[in-house]
Amino acid sequence: MADGPRLNIDVEEKRFPSSAAPLLENFHVTIQPSQVVALVGPSGVGKSSLLRMIAGVDDDYSGSITIDGEAAGTAPPAGFVFQDARLLPWLTALENIRAVREETTEAEARDFLARVGLAGSENAYPAQLSGGMQRRVALARAFSVNPRLLLLDEPFVSLDAHLVADVQRVFVDLIRQTRSTAILVTHLPADAARIADRAIVLGGRPARIMADIELSPARDIRSEEQLRALALAIANYDEAPN
Amino acid sequence: MRWELVSTILLLVVWQVLATIFPGRLFPTPVAVAVELWTDLVDGKLIVDMGKTLERAAISFVVAMTIGIAIGILFGRSRILDRLFSSWVIVGLNLPAVVIAIVLYISLGLNETAIILAVIINKVPLVITTIREGVRSFSPDYDELALAFRMPLRRRLRLVFIPQLTPYVLAAARTGLALIWKIVLVFEVLGSSGGVGFRINTMFQFFDMTGILAYTTAFILVVLVFEYWVMRPLEHYVLRWRTDRG
Repeated sequence: MADGPRLNIDVEEKRFPSSAAPLLENFHVTIQPSQVVALVGPSGVGKSSLLRMIAGVDDDYSGSITIDGEAAGTAPPAGFVFQDARLLPWLTALENIRAVREETTEAEARDFLARVGLAGSENAYPAQLSGGMQRRVALARAFSVNPRLLLLDEPFVSLDAHLVADVQRVFVDLIRQTRSTAILVTHLPADAARIADRAIVLGGRPARIMADIELSPARDIRSEEQLRALALAIANYDEAPN
Repeated sequence: MRWELVSTILLLVVWQVLATIFPGRLFPTPVAVAVELWTDLVDGKLIVDMGKTLERAAISFVVAMTIGIAIGILFGRSRILDRLFSSWVIVGLNLPAVVIAIVLYISLGLNETAIILAVIINKVPLVITTIREGVRSFSPDYDELALAFRMPLRRRLRLVFIPQLTPYVLAAARTGLALIWKIVLVFEVLGSSGGVGFRINTMFQFFDMTGILAYTTAFILVVLVFEYWVMRPLEHYVLRWRTDRG
């Protein structure tokens, strides 16, 4: 399996028409191939907006974002998990997975659902699934496009506490298998510490990088104590005054 | 369904009792109406008239829905077009149906084209309005999803656009049918050869209340059959993903 892409994010300015101050200004980050990066920061700092710009959904900014040298808007699709599950309500769980990529066979879609613990729910419509189950379908959908780049916006929110660890394990396993580059937006430092290779803490307006923390690449050997220490470090930056 | 049946039987009983207490040529009993209905059915006259009316309604419905959906989508997507032509739609919605029919009868003569065109012109603004509001209410989130996953246009149309449009098409079809049934009959009364409205007009000349009620009953039965055997199963199937449906 080939490594995921390298990302060069060079945003001169991103602002919303209704807002006086820019959301991002002179924002420059390079993300290495197959790196798992957590974007941490308070609500409204611009984490989700940045993710949408990387996905090529929002191109209303000055500067450039390239994915292996290709402009974000024309690069192959990333596996995107939105903040809400964003399933198409008129399609079953299985159909939702197949909807985003024509080549995905029914057997493959079933397999992806089984991997997130949803075997047996293939023919359920989103309205018949709990919020947590919907998010797992969204996660399976993101992986089903065989992405080299994964973009995840708060993927573990609204999951039951006992499911978070399971889904995070599935997520880490899939990341390892696919060797994708991944960007995870979260407001929970503990999630970042548990999953990411690197945590970028955003704060202020316009948003700037408050901290860029390299984490041990061997996630398995992180003890609970290490995790707590990392989470605390990120939380300290997170709460730093703007 | 059981309550609807009980309600219908109750209506017939009340009607029968009142018609028995106050007998008269202009107030026939439901039994007399049923006998008349059966007679008209057996001699084939009712079937020919009903066929003619249904043909007009079907052609008008299909053409009006096609034009209305296309324009409604354009207006829903383009603010400029909507601003430019929304006053036309308002005029169309408020134009008295009879005026349209009379103008077309004068211009085109008492023929099939005039009657069908009159029905279409009456119906199209209603479809445009329903579809336009539907398109405006589409969720941009699904467009974003399609964009993020680079879904091709045809796939996006089939899996994202059309499913969002379908409930509004069904709503337009339902209200449109209710309107078309009625105005086809009115226009047939005004001037046509054949059809339920034409026959009712003829009976009106002879104060044949039994015949009028027999034809009206037949027409209501056809509408109910269409509602329960076509529209509701279709709606139930298309919107099966909605869990709030019984």
